[in-house]
Amino acid sequence: MARLNAENERRARELVALYPESRSALMPILHVAQEQDGWLTPDAIAHVAELLGLTAAEVYGTASFYDMFFTHPVGRHLVSVCTNIACLLDGGLELLEHAESTLGVTGGGTTHDGEFTLEEVECIALCGEAPCLAVNWRFFGSVTPERFDTLVADLRSGALADEVPPHGTLCRVRRSVGLPAAEAASVPGAAPPESPGTT
Amino acid sequence: MPLTDAAPIVTRRIGTADSWTLRSYLDSGGYTGLRKALTMDPADVTAEVLTSNLLGRGGAGFEAGKKWSMLAKARPAYVVVNGDESEPATFKDHMLLENDPHQIIEGTLICAYAVGAAQAFIFVRGEFALGIERMTAALNEAYAHGAVGRDIFGSGFSIDVVIHPGAGAYICGEETALIESLEGKRGFPRIKPPFFPAAIGLYGKPTIVNNVETVSNLPWIVEKGGAAFAALGVGRSTGTRIFSLSGHVNRPGNYEVEMSKVSFRDLIEDPRLGGGIRNGRKLKAFIPGGASAPWFGPDQVDLPLDQDAVGKAGSMLGSGSVVVMDDTTCMVRAAWRITRFFHRESCGQCTPCREGSGWLDKIMRRIEEGAGRESDLDLLFDVCDNIAPGLSWPPQQTTICVLGPSIPSSITSGVRMFRDEFLTHVKEGACPYG
Repeated sequence: MARLNAENERRARELVALYPESRSALMPILHVAQEQDGWLTPDAIAHVAELLGLTAAEVYGTASFYDMFFTHPVGRHLVSVCTNIACLLDGGLELLEHAESTLGVTGGGTTHDGEFTLEEVECIALCGEAPCLAVNWRFFGSVTPERFDTLVADLRSGALADEVPPHGTLCRVRRSVGLPAAEAASVPGAAPPESPGTT
Repeated sequence: MPLTDAAPIVTRRIGTADSWTLRSYLDSGGYTGLRKALTMDPADVTAEVLTSNLLGRGGAGFEAGKKWSMLAKARPAYVVVNGDESEPATFKDHMLLENDPHQIIEGTLICAYAVGAAQAFIFVRGEFALGIERMTAALNEAYAHGAVGRDIFGSGFSIDVVIHPGAGAYICGEETALIESLEGKRGFPRIKPPFFPAAIGLYGKPTIVNNVETVSNLPWIVEKGGAAFAALGVGRSTGTRIFSLSGHVNRPGNYEVEMSKVSFRDLIEDPRLGGGIRNGRKLKAFIPGGASAPWFGPDQVDLPLDQDAVGKAGSMLGSGSVVVMDDTTCMVRAAWRITRFFHRESCGQCTPCREGSGWLDKIMRRIEEGAGRESDLDLLFDVCDNIAPGLSWPPQQTTICVLGPSIPSSITSGVRMFRDEFLTHVKEGACPYG
């Protein structure tokens, strides 16, 4: 339970500077908050609200609309099994049932050791390799029950730690430049970004 | 129909070594389209796109050049690229974002130059973690190469691009919902009129919203000319297009083929494409353009992959995703799964969609679970009729966006084509397919 740490607050201010209006940075900043704690803690939501000049209710109300944001703790590994039409035709429901029995949880539940949260999701756009799933949004296609069990074992042992970062870590590549064009006077009509931290 | 030998355009780098890197992109002629565009008058770039008759590849199929021409004169104006691919069974943009990010950036810049945008945003579906990483890395490379930012390639044209991650909501694929989301709000579609993005878009300013595959075609069109693109395909359906093929075929995958010159049968059966139905089974039905599209049966399999031909036949090419169902498929279960999807993804603004999708989900569920009644089939149609009055094609709309009228597609097709199968579920309380 924490506010954004100093490094993440700095990242948040950099994100605000990318947009003509600060509220546009809300969801990218919420991804940073979720990367820090694995979920959106009340303190983080309050801190993000302060940074953007919003109320915590406005931030919570926006975050709760989106499936990727969690306002309660989840496991280190979020396992998202697709059962939409292409996967349904290729064993997606059977894969979900297998996952439920292997992990011993259903419907968004988390294992006792806090390692896995299992959810059924809508199409994740890997239909050429149905049935498919994602772990912390790293994708795995053509998943048989046997392959699922191997995957779970590898995630538990840390063998896939490089490929699958902890839940909440979306993008490990940082933007390396600001907005040089917007800073240049030569851009007709470009609104200068709001200076961060004015709220 | 015989397949044509038209070379792929947007997928031509897929599968080559490190196709997502700047080095690989430059080695295969990358950024030459942008360099050429920057020597042209912006209006001439738009003229080439108009000549190409490039139809939007996101689902609605509107002419890209025409969209650009309709941009209001007020400034600043913005370009937003829609990479929020979420239509069930569509997986082409996912592939392009991961494997050819520079082509998307180059296309975005060509569009921004042509329309005189102040800033461009590439909205990437939040779940596409690798796609977001590859796009971000490519954008860093593009800035360092002088292809983005201040005074691009010494032309005097300057623009910044931002990669914006989504956070998981199907509705944000709808362009006005995407704009709301990009403004940091819930993805609620805006009412049109007046909120056509070309007039009142991002931050209330004129905005072009183009799909990832649409902008990926632009470097080629500028380099080779709009006429070369228009020479491919038939009539209004020009160029090549990626079709996402899934379901009961031997070779599911993304296939880029010349538009209108290939039929659904070719796509499903040709050994270079789908390779036929699995295990020697027979075709029972197929979805021609994503979960929102009404289904087709075996008697429509010889239709060409042509936007207008499919529209005339009562469905749509939509997002270019074709789902093949063989004769072992339970149509009740298939229709219920799609209905449940729409129920989950309805944004909740409009009563017919929010409540109707819930009712339909519950009725379909009880039929699938063996607790249905014979009167349920009429009840399904009654609820569908309240969402899309008349159940005609194209559908009538009672909602702010087209998610609503998409909901009845699978149910009305399923019941019309397989009424006996639905009745068997109701009468015997069980599925004949187990």
